[in-house]
Amino acid sequence: MDAVAHAPPVEHGPSLRQRLAARGFDAVTLLVVPAAIFSLLLFVYPFAFGFVLSFEPKAGGDWLANYRRFFSDAFLYDTIANTLWLAIPVTLVNLLLAIPIAFRVRLMRNQRLLTTLLVLPITLGTVLVAEGLLNYLGPQGWFNRTLMTFGLISQPLKLVHNYWGVFASLVITGFPFTFLLTLSYVTGIDPALEQAAATLGASAWQRFRHVYLPLLMPGLAITFCLSFVQAFSVFPSAVLLGEPAGSTRVISIAAAQAAFEEYDYSMGSAIAMIMGFVQLGIVVAVLASRGLFYRGPASGAKG
Amino acid sequence: MIRDTTVGAKLWAAAVWATVGFFVLNLLAMIATVVTSSFATRWLGTWLPAGWTTRWYTSAWSEFQLWDVLIVTFQVIGAVVFISGALGVTAAYALARRDFPGKRLLVLLFLLPLLIPPMTFGIPLATVLYQTGLAGTFWGVVAANLVPTVPFVILVMIPFIEQIDPKVEAAARVFGANTFKLFIYVLLPLLLPGILAALLLVLVRTIAMFELTFLVAGPTSQTLVVALYYAVFAAGVRAVQSIDAMAVIYMVTTLVWLIIALRFVNPTQIVTRAKQQPAH
Repeated sequence: MDAVAHAPPVEHGPSLRQRLAARGFDAVTLLVVPAAIFSLLLFVYPFAFGFVLSFEPKAGGDWLANYRRFFSDAFLYDTIANTLWLAIPVTLVNLLLAIPIAFRVRLMRNQRLLTTLLVLPITLGTVLVAEGLLNYLGPQGWFNRTLMTFGLISQPLKLVHNYWGVFASLVITGFPFTFLLTLSYVTGIDPALEQAAATLGASAWQRFRHVYLPLLMPGLAITFCLSFVQAFSVFPSAVLLGEPAGSTRVISIAAAQAAFEEYDYSMGSAIAMIMGFVQLGIVVAVLASRGLFYRGPASGAKG
Repeated sequence: MIRDTTVGAKLWAAAVWATVGFFVLNLLAMIATVVTSSFATRWLGTWLPAGWTTRWYTSAWSEFQLWDVLIVTFQVIGAVVFISGALGVTAAYALARRDFPGKRLLVLLFLLPLLIPPMTFGIPLATVLYQTGLAGTFWGVVAANLVPTVPFVILVMIPFIEQIDPKVEAAARVFGANTFKLFIYVLLPLLLPGILAALLLVLVRTIAMFELTFLVAGPTSQTLVVALYYAVFAAGVRAVQSIDAMAVIYMVTTLVWLIIALRFVNPTQIVTRAKQQPAH
């Protein structure tokens, strides 16, 4: 605005300032520069640096030595399977629980109490949840004690320092996240569409299957991706609640160990890059399959 | 609204509510376990501890040097909130008011740190910070924590700024306000609720941000959540109750800010970055 107001009288066509302003570059646009430089320095540059560093092995050897070592050492490449074996079931469980609950909660007038309760584990963070579950799910904890009182089990279940401890912590922190995302997608669909289907005699299951599900599919795909990458990068609870040397040795443990315990930043970056690429691969696969479903407006057609 | 009155629909609704109840019950019981244990004298093999005491709080306070840790935590959070507010609000203003080539690419650049989990970009970021000597220092921790918070402020503020009519600013210009006056007397009062909400969300998220702080913190730049992690990691060295007392102190610090934040923001905003569509 400034640039246009103060520009000199036009003699030989618009000045450079005016031409830039016409394309949207003026003093106001420059306000984005500090944040953009910050993002380039602390996000893009480290990624590029890590990517290059991963091809410069610390112990020497050719440029692929880190990656070859990762895929030939079972202690390292098994971490991908371990992580997927945790992340995929957890994400599916969270999503399959979130959908029916979101459909029920959408009808509630006052959702604030429930959403506040569900935001609790997200705000408290993974470390506190891991610490709490160590007590709660332990052999002397209230969970096992309650099951034994009701006579459901005779011996305490082993729920911590193994796969199930990490699974439980990922459900406790991951479910609220998945649920709140799903809820925002579900409430974004015009209820008039469902009412129209009901007027035409569709049952509850038919309304879900033929009206809501196709409209929700893009949102659910994004929810799946976001929940999956969160679960895939699990770190504190896998160390504290799982067996960090055994069944829950996830890929982020391997990366952190390589970089900050063996001080092999090159190997650490290589593992972080592999972690990023596996996440990216799954996300791209899910988002690509989204194209197979309905795409279009989710609001009612008015007129 | 459609009400199903068949037996199947009622059973289904009951099952859904039972699942929600089970989840919330376990969540609250987990928190109650930590609180109970922190006040327990001896708690082995019974429903409730043998006796009650508050001495674990004093011992945790001195053992883990919580006073120092809390000071560092609040300094880090204060710096993160201030810098991400300054960088984020200005950038959001430019993105909300101007259309320029490359804008979509820039928005994608700001979206990525929120979509990629901290552990994935944290390891290369920590490597760079170690090589520049910033890691282990106060400013290294602040810099690492800013990576997701600056984009977060930008994405929360863009819809907020877009809803302010540009004609208001044009009117102020017509009456002779310069850029500084325009900002102080027109934009700031209109934007204040949005800025407050965004910064409170940043605050709540930064207290619980474990991964980035863990990767770059040194012994003198640990925040509370990292100190808690190391205490649980080395469990067995200290009494369980002492660690639980520390966990309760951490919970109180987080929850106080959560309660303040919830007066100004919708809880769902903590998860779904942008302003929610109104529920029908």
